[in-house]
Amino acid sequence: MTQASLGESVVQKTVHAATNNGVAASATQTQPLWLLAEVTYRCPLHCAFCYNPTDYDKHTQNELTTEQWIQALRDARKLGAIQLGISGGEPLLRDDIEDIVIEAKKLGYYSNLITSGVGLTEKRIQAFKEGGLDHIQLSMHDITEEINNFITNTKTFELKKKVAAMIKGHGYPMVLNVVIHRYNIGHMKEILEMADALGAEYIELANTQYYGWSLVNRSQLMPTREQVEEAERITNEFREKSGSKMKIFFVVPDYFSDRPKKCMNGWGEVFMIVTANGDVLPCHSARVLPNMKFPNVKDTDLGWSWKDSPAFNKYRGDDWMKEPCRSCSEKANDLGGCRCQSFLLTGDAEAADPVCSKSPHHHLIEKAIIDAQNPAIAAQPILFRNDKNSKKIIAGELKALTDEFHALP
Amino acid sequence: MDTQIQHADIYALSHHHRFQWEEAQNSYVILFPEGMVKLHGGAGEVLKRVNGKATVGDIVADLKATFPDADDIESDIIGMFELAFSKGWLRKV
Repeated sequence: MTQASLGESVVQKTVHAATNNGVAASATQTQPLWLLAEVTYRCPLHCAFCYNPTDYDKHTQNELTTEQWIQALRDARKLGAIQLGISGGEPLLRDDIEDIVIEAKKLGYYSNLITSGVGLTEKRIQAFKEGGLDHIQLSMHDITEEINNFITNTKTFELKKKVAAMIKGHGYPMVLNVVIHRYNIGHMKEILEMADALGAEYIELANTQYYGWSLVNRSQLMPTREQVEEAERITNEFREKSGSKMKIFFVVPDYFSDRPKKCMNGWGEVFMIVTANGDVLPCHSARVLPNMKFPNVKDTDLGWSWKDSPAFNKYRGDDWMKEPCRSCSEKANDLGGCRCQSFLLTGDAEAADPVCSKSPHHHLIEKAIIDAQNPAIAAQPILFRNDKNSKKIIAGELKALTDEFHALP
Repeated sequence: MDTQIQHADIYALSHHHRFQWEEAQNSYVILFPEGMVKLHGGAGEVLKRVNGKATVGDIVADLKATFPDADDIESDIIGMFELAFSKGWLRKV
């Protein structure tokens, strides 16, 4: 799945409905407005920036059945879920997405298929349209075939252009997601022009955030601060001057901010993720956290998972905070950032997100930025996301790449 | 963009937007790709009447009749049309 496609820009839009941040515990009015169904971790693409867990191969043989997904959709809808993201991996590798879409429509969800486009055929898109799928978000990677094929480790450039036309042809809004990294950040203007030429209504420029495979490849993917600033300038200029009606979301990379992102708009506030094997998570990478037991739809009621499970209540609100967050005047703005990022980088999930300049661990972020500019480090090969590499990681064969992190990304 | 709202204008919900009552929110919402706007009482009452046929004038008259005790709701209604149009929730037909 694409990076941050359910991330900050979405949160900006749902924020009106989520006014209870900072209020602890299960008695609040929090509702899982967003249900993200990561229906499979199998994927025909091998993107270096994928945020899926590096040990995803463990979860490719025990996926939920169609019936289990439909039950999860029904249960989440009763809890107030209204936006449904069908994602992965590549969701189209499952042949029951049509059934899931039909059920989503019946239940009153606004359904979003988040896809690389691989596996989207005329027949399937027709079935999605008839079944009531509301929207398809397509990932694009670059304007050049070379970079597209390199970063995804596949020959998919021509196919993506065909799929974009197919989506438009069926009357769907054209919503593009482009993950931004060192290899395409210099093409920002051309990417925006391409999106406009394709007739895109929305484009999300999602600067890579470092989880899963992208964390392992951080030094190979991270642009310089100057490149990020230039990319943002070009984006703003395009917005002002192009006269295009396309809505552009520029997701600011947290490593280059002074303050962390309000991750998931708060733990257990609006997002609920059900993974391929049925784990119920408050964020995509929560399984990296230590001493946490996440519920699973195979044996636990979704209502209990959301409202009462220890995992969902653990970081709700701000009671869990330590200094410097606890007494920080800005704590309500970001709720201390991302628990997974804190743990992966500092070894303490309750530490301030090291992205924050007030964090005693902020030097770790500064070092990562410097390392990414070190030609010797940056020249190390990328570890592409594929089953073979995932198996190696599970077997502990690639420890040198993951040793500096406090959990397997 | 001309956002001057006229009584004779007719509006409809923009393409790819959906308006529905959400029991869990106890309010009307507008849904669109990956987003949602929760509409507070008055806003929901206005948008509920937008159907691609009724003019702004029709909607004002209907709301005045439905809520006879509300003072000067016309400017609120026009304000809501201006907001909804500028946010791209509505299109002019």
